[in-house]
Amino acid sequence: MSAVFEVLNLKKAFSGLAVTNDVTLSMATGDRVALIGPNGAGKTTFVNLVTGNLRPDSGDVRLNGETVTKVDAIGRVRRGLVRSFQVTRLFQEMTPAEHVALAILQRDGRAGAMYGNFLSMPDVMDETAALLGTLGLVHLLHRKVSEIAYGQQRLLEIAVALALKPRVLLLDEPAAGVPQSDTGRIEQALAELPADLAVLMIEHDMDLVFRFARRVIVLAAGTIIFDGLPADVTKNAAVREAYLGSYANASHAA
Amino acid sequence: MQTFFSIAVDAFAYGMVLFVISIGLSVTMGLMRVVNLAHGAFAMIGGYIASYAAQSLGLGYAAAILLAVFGTVAISIPIERLLYRRIYGAPELTQVLMTIGITFCIIGIANYAFGPTLKTIPLPTALQGSADLGFRSIATHRIFAIVCGLVVAGALWYAIEKTAFGVKLRASVDNASMAAALGVRTEIIYAVSFAVAVGLAAFGGVLGAELLPVEPYYALRYMVTFLVVVSVGGAGSIPGALLACLLLGGIDTTGRYLMPEFGEFFFYLAVIAIICIFPRGLAGRVR
Amino acid sequence: MTEETVAVTARQSRSIGRDLLGIGAIISAAAIGYLLFPDNLALLTRIIAIALLVLSLDLVTGYCGVATLGHAALFGSGAYAAGIISAHYGIADPILMTLAGIVGGAAAGLVCGVIILRAHGLPQLVLSIALIYLFHEFANKASSWTGGSDGLSGISTDPLLGMFEFDLWGQTAYFFGVALLLAVLMLLRVLVRSPFGMLCRGIKEDPLRIIAMGASPKTALIKMYVISGAVAGVGGALNAISTQVVGLDSLSFTLSAESLVMLVLGGGGSLFGALTGTVVFMLFEDYVSAANPFHWLTMVGVLLIAVVLFAPKGLYGTAAGFVACRREKRP
Repeated sequence: MSAVFEVLNLKKAFSGLAVTNDVTLSMATGDRVALIGPNGAGKTTFVNLVTGNLRPDSGDVRLNGETVTKVDAIGRVRRGLVRSFQVTRLFQEMTPAEHVALAILQRDGRAGAMYGNFLSMPDVMDETAALLGTLGLVHLLHRKVSEIAYGQQRLLEIAVALALKPRVLLLDEPAAGVPQSDTGRIEQALAELPADLAVLMIEHDMDLVFRFARRVIVLAAGTIIFDGLPADVTKNAAVREAYLGSYANASHAA
Repeated sequence: MQTFFSIAVDAFAYGMVLFVISIGLSVTMGLMRVVNLAHGAFAMIGGYIASYAAQSLGLGYAAAILLAVFGTVAISIPIERLLYRRIYGAPELTQVLMTIGITFCIIGIANYAFGPTLKTIPLPTALQGSADLGFRSIATHRIFAIVCGLVVAGALWYAIEKTAFGVKLRASVDNASMAAALGVRTEIIYAVSFAVAVGLAAFGGVLGAELLPVEPYYALRYMVTFLVVVSVGGAGSIPGALLACLLLGGIDTTGRYLMPEFGEFFFYLAVIAIICIFPRGLAGRVR
Repeated sequence: MTEETVAVTARQSRSIGRDLLGIGAIISAAAIGYLLFPDNLALLTRIIAIALLVLSLDLVTGYCGVATLGHAALFGSGAYAAGIISAHYGIADPILMTLAGIVGGAAAGLVCGVIILRAHGLPQLVLSIALIYLFHEFANKASSWTGGSDGLSGISTDPLLGMFEFDLWGQTAYFFGVALLLAVLMLLRVLVRSPFGMLCRGIKEDPLRIIAMGASPKTALIKMYVISGAVAGVGGALNAISTQVVGLDSLSFTLSAESLVMLVLGGGGSLFGALTGTVVFMLFEDYVSAANPFHWLTMVGVLLIAVVLFAPKGLYGTAAGFVACRREKRP
C-alpha cells in the first residue's frame, strides 16, 4: 500500500542540541501507530515539525506523496493532516455544535460565508448531530463547553478533528487528564475511528497503547530506537535501556 | 555642522529624559505584564510637586526633586494597592481601561488643583547658563539631563546585574512562578519595582520639565511616547530601552529641526516601521 | 432527531424575536428622542454617528478580541472621504457621499488592519495609537484637501432622494441617520451570526485552535477590519452630511479612546451593548461636560475604573446576564 504520510530524515536542533535527529517513518491508510518515548525524547518537537509549527533544519514531510515541508500549518491541515491537542484547546464560550459545525464549514470552504446560520443549514446540522451522536455527545449539542465535563471535552476535541475529514490524524495524548472512570468512552471512540484514516497517537499510557496500536514507534533522544509490533516493544533491549537505564538489561538477563 | 551638533545634543538630552521616565515602565511591564497607560501621569505628578515645592514653598531644586520623587511614590502606593493589584494577570483590554481611567482621573484632579496653565520649575543658577566647549556652547541643563540619564542607566545596570535584588528581579521576569517556588518573595519584588518605577518617572518628569512642559494633559500627550519607547525597545530590557530612547529621540528631534511643518508625522511613521519590522521590540525575546 | 429540530427551531425563533424586539426598541428610542429633544436633533444625530463608530469597534474588539486605541482613523477617513467628494468634486448626493464614506472607511480599515495585525499585545496597542496620530498628522498636513486644523468646510448636500431637503433643524439628517443605523444593525446581526461571525468568535478565544482547523486567523481578521471600516465610514459620512464640516477631531486619539470607553461601558461582543454604551456615555457627556470639561474627564476615569471593577461585562452585558439568570431559575 502506498504511504499517505512520510517523514524523511527529519532533523531539528535547538542551539546545537539535536532534538529531532534523523527521524524517518512512513504510514499507510488504516494504520494505527502509537508514538511513545520517555520524557524529553522530543515528542513535542516532532509533533510541531510534522504539523508545520516548527521549521526543520533538514529533511522532509510528505502527505499523499506531496512534499509539504515548506507548507505552513494551515496548508497542512487543508491537505488532510489534522491534530488534536494534549491540553484541550476548545472555545469555552461556544457550544459543541458550534465547534463541529465550524470545522465542517471550514472543511467545505464555507467558513467565510457572511450570511446564513449553521442552525438553518440542514446538511451541516445533520452531519454535526451524527458525528456528536457517534461520540455520545448529542445531548450536549447546545451547552457551553465551559459547562461540560472534561472527558466530554476530550471527546469533542476528537469530534472537531474528525469533522475536518483528515487523511492523517495526530492524536496528542487523547486521554490525558481524564479520570480513569471516563477513559472507556474515549477508548471506544478511538476504536471506532474511520478505517480510511491513518492515525498516529502520542501516548504515555501503555495500557491504551497496547489496546489501540497495531504498531509502536519509540522515540528516545530524538531518534527512533524501535519501530515494530506492540508485542515486541517490551522485549527490545534498546527500549528497556531508554526507559529503565543501563542496568535494566543486566537484571533482565539475570 | 552647527545644526547637526545642536540636533545631536538636543536629541541626546531628550532621549535621556525619555529613558529616565520610561525605563520604570519597561521594567514593570516586563515584570508584571501590566500595560500601564498611567505611567506618564506619575511623571506629571512629580512635575507638579516639584513646581509647587519650588514656587510656593520656596525649596531649592534638589529638595524639590527629592520631594517630588518621594511624594509621587507615596501617592502611588495606595493606587497600586487598591487598583493595580486587581489587574495583574487580567486581560490586556482590562488593564488598558483601568489605567486609562486612572490617567483621566489624575488629569482631572491636577487641573482642579493647579489649573490648566503650564507649570515651570525654576532651575538653580548653576544649571541656567551654558557650558562653553571651546567650539560650541551647550545649555548646562541639557548636560545635566544627559548626565542624570547616564547615571540612572548605570545605576540600574548595576542594581540588576550585580546585586542580590537584581538576581531575584531577573528570575521573576523570566519565570515568576518558578522564582516564587525558589523562595523569592515576588510580591515584594513587584512592590519595590513599582515604587522605583514611579520614583524614576517622577524624577524624569522634573528633569524633563524644560523639554516636556508640565500641564494637565501631559499624562495623555506623552503617554504614547513612553509606550512607544517600551514597545520599540522591548519590555523589560534596559539596553533595548536605551537604544529606543536614543533612536526615537533622534528621529523626533531631527524632524522638529528640519521639517517642523510635518509635526510628528515622521516620528509615528518610524514607530510603525520599527514595530512592523521588530514586532517584539529591538531587544525583544522570543516567547 | 425531531427533538433536536424542535430545539433548533425554538432557538431560531427566539433569536428572530430578539431581533424584532431590538429593532422595535431602537425605533421607539429614536421616536422618544425626537419628541424629547426636538431642538437638539443635532446631538441625537451625532450620537447615531458615534454609535456606528462604536459598533465598528465592537466588530474588531468585542467579537475578535483585537485591542485598539486608534479606531477613529476609520471613522475620520470615512468622514473626510464623504466631505472631500462634496467639497472638492461637487458630488453632493447624500447616498453617494455615504458610499464614499464606506469606501474611505473600508480602505482605512484595510491599511490599519494589515499594520495592526502584524504585532500582538503592547506593540499592537502602540501601533494602533501611532496609526491614529499618523492619520491625524497627515490630514493636518494635507490641508489643501482637508482644510487642516481649520476643518474641511464647503460641504453641501443635495436633498435626500431628491425629495427631502437637509433642513436647519436637522430633521432630515436625523431620520437619515436612524435609517442608516437600522440598516447597518440588521446587516451586522446577519454577519455576527454567520459562519464568518462564528469563526471570528473562535479567533478571539484561541487563534491557534483556528489554525489547527485549517483557517487563517489573519485573513479573517483583515476581512473583519475592512467591514469594520465600512461601518465606521458610514458613521463618518453621516457626521459629515449632518454637520457639513469635518474637523481633525474626527481623526483623534481622544475619539478613539472614548469609543473604546463607550464600548466597554455598554459591553463588548454584543451589538446592543455597543449601542447602550454610546447612548449612555454621550448623553452623560452632554450633560456633565457642559458644566466643566475637566470634571467630565475625572468622571469618565471613575466610571471606567468602576466598570472594570464591578461590571466587567458592561451595562448591557450585566443586565442581559441578570435577565438570563432569572429566566433559567423560572421553572
